[in-house]
Amino acid sequence: MPAANYELVIEPARGWLNIRWRELLHYRDLTLLLVRRDFVSKYRQTVLGTAWFVIQPLLTTLVFTVIFGNVAQLGTDGMPHVPFYLAGLLLWSYFAQSLPAIGSCLIVNSNLFTKVYFPRLVVPLSIILSNLIALGLQFVTFLAFWAYYRFGTEAGGAMQANWTVLLFPLLVLQTAMIAAGVGLWLAVITSQYRDLQHLIPFIVQIWMYASFIIVPLSEVPERFRLWTALNPMVAVVEGTRYAFLGKAALTPLHVGVSAALTLAVFATGLAAFGRIERKFVDYI
Amino acid sequence: MSRPIIEVRNVSKLYRLGSIGAGTFQDALKRRWALLLGREDPLKRVGEKDLMIPPDHPQAGPEPNTFWALKDVTFDVREGEVLGIIGKNGAGKSTLLKILSRITEPTEGRIVMRGRVASLLEVGTGFHPDLTGRENIYLNGAILGMRTREIDARFDDIVEFSEVERFIDTPVKRYSSGMYVRLAFAVAAHLDPEILVVDEVLAVGDAEFQKKCLGKMQDVAASGRTVLFVSHNMNTVRSFCTQCVFIEAGRAIAGLPVPSAIARYMGLSPEHAATSVDMSTLPRSFSALGDSIRFIRAELLSHPVRETEDICFGLTVNASESVPGLLLGAYIGVPGQRCLGVAQTELPAGLRVGENYLRLTIRGGQLASGEYVAGFFIRDCFRDYDYVREFMPFVVEPAVTEDWTSYWHPSWGSVRFACQVSTAHTDDTGAGRSAAPSPEARGLR
Repeated sequence: MPAANYELVIEPARGWLNIRWRELLHYRDLTLLLVRRDFVSKYRQTVLGTAWFVIQPLLTTLVFTVIFGNVAQLGTDGMPHVPFYLAGLLLWSYFAQSLPAIGSCLIVNSNLFTKVYFPRLVVPLSIILSNLIALGLQFVTFLAFWAYYRFGTEAGGAMQANWTVLLFPLLVLQTAMIAAGVGLWLAVITSQYRDLQHLIPFIVQIWMYASFIIVPLSEVPERFRLWTALNPMVAVVEGTRYAFLGKAALTPLHVGVSAALTLAVFATGLAAFGRIERKFVDYI
Repeated sequence: MSRPIIEVRNVSKLYRLGSIGAGTFQDALKRRWALLLGREDPLKRVGEKDLMIPPDHPQAGPEPNTFWALKDVTFDVREGEVLGIIGKNGAGKSTLLKILSRITEPTEGRIVMRGRVASLLEVGTGFHPDLTGRENIYLNGAILGMRTREIDARFDDIVEFSEVERFIDTPVKRYSSGMYVRLAFAVAAHLDPEILVVDEVLAVGDAEFQKKCLGKMQDVAASGRTVLFVSHNMNTVRSFCTQCVFIEAGRAIAGLPVPSAIARYMGLSPEHAATSVDMSTLPRSFSALGDSIRFIRAELLSHPVRETEDICFGLTVNASESVPGLLLGAYIGVPGQRCLGVAQTELPAGLRVGENYLRLTIRGGQLASGEYVAGFFIRDCFRDYDYVREFMPFVVEPAVTEDWTSYWHPSWGSVRFACQVSTAHTDDTGAGRSAAPSPEARGLR
């Protein structure tokens, strides 16, 4: 950075969105190194290492298949159980990993934040990115299972992937935005009131049941379905199933409402975080 | 160059005590609910007398239980300056440091920094135990604001400085604490900012490590970079700060020469220092002194003491017998260090029974500007009659002179040795070889 015209002004923050984007860009190396730290520290000294990224959703799918599919006999829109649950869990686990991590990032990293300045958004951003790597591995696993069920089993004939598969990256983006938006809100609130920290695991758990991962949205009577758009994760989960399995109970209106909500929660989360990021150390 | 590298303008920081910080979500909801119903705040049962900050407190803020940790702090720092920020605990130093480091923002005011800033409030911030030394160097460097390629370029130097080459690919949780600190400091030492903000608490660890820290900081200062340095250690401040900001109760006095800032810190403002000390009650270190001769009072007569001027002490001495052939002396020391030297001289008339008033003059130009402590003794060739080691602080202020020959670098210590020079050419006949020293050649006088 040239010193001659480099000028840094420190003053009380004003306005609505106080994000210094250029600075965030300058700290991109830090973002990547934090991603690496998260990744490495989580699986160093484990025998299976990164294989855990794959094993975890598979175990959950196994549990769902046995309990909800076979014991409780809950419907899956006529799809084979394993790809149905796997499709639902794919972006859900991305969300469920990212949300609590972002929500507690201010408290967890307070020793860092009280000692040195860097754009605080670097931390949530690195969480989103490092979980994206896990998502990539899980996606490959999902594709393998999808291919096996589609072409190797009789029941797989019901699975009809279509062109909307190409829109899958948009669903990933939407998931990241919901996780970031809600997560930043949680971070803002927990930095002042620690109570919420203890609630986050329950919020995630309840949210999962409300996101139609275990039962398809089609089980909800049609006149109530639009209400579920208030939870934007429903559109993400159902959208994934529609793209890869060809069956979902989504309407364009439902998708539109979720997208608008996602944008709203993301923008307000960012604004709330921007408001407190430069002074939360005073009361943390 | 004309503009200061750091401009601090009317910076204030308001803190809120109690109610918000210690709150839970439930409390906040209760308060909101009460407000909604127009009831009195249920959590605000404290009466005025229970307020932590009384409204008439000089630092009290606009609302109850708020207070100004800093108020209207204004100062400039020029490029290449080493600015010491000193003040008692709780004066607001740390708050100022946090604002300058951008860890928290000011409530009011504005700071302009014209250069890349690195702040070191701690070494090893963000070190992760599971990562190797190598990985931590990169991570820590990035946290301190370095780009990866900058770290690449300095990596070998950092490793060499840290002396942990052999373990660089070992997770740092297996390091000894010494290795850990060395590695952490090595990263910090290789930052290359235009402005460095440092907290003295950084210099933890063993004496050798502290020395290394300070040495590195001295290098940074010597290379023309600007350093802001918060410290409690007046010796360190004196040895490399060029200017000081003194903070007291949230307000700053800027642009102080180092010795007068130190004087303020030590509680002796140059204008009204305790120039007189009652010695009769001071404990004597050696009880067998007897009490035939006792120091009663010591006064600093020259005030303020300038480098070039004589230092005069007035001493009241009580004698119960008249003793001839006495020697009066003063110990001169630097606070917290061993005695610098002694000034002693014979008492030509001796002491008479009763109270004696003696005047001890130390010729000026021998002590460099700085803070000192004096003690006094009185003895003859057989015994000490009374002595009190260094107890009386005084400050020597820089001379008011434009003369470049009187320049004194803080690292040069405290004593100006008088000297003279003569030039001896081989073709000289020998006569007049040692000319009388000119006043300039003898230093200040």
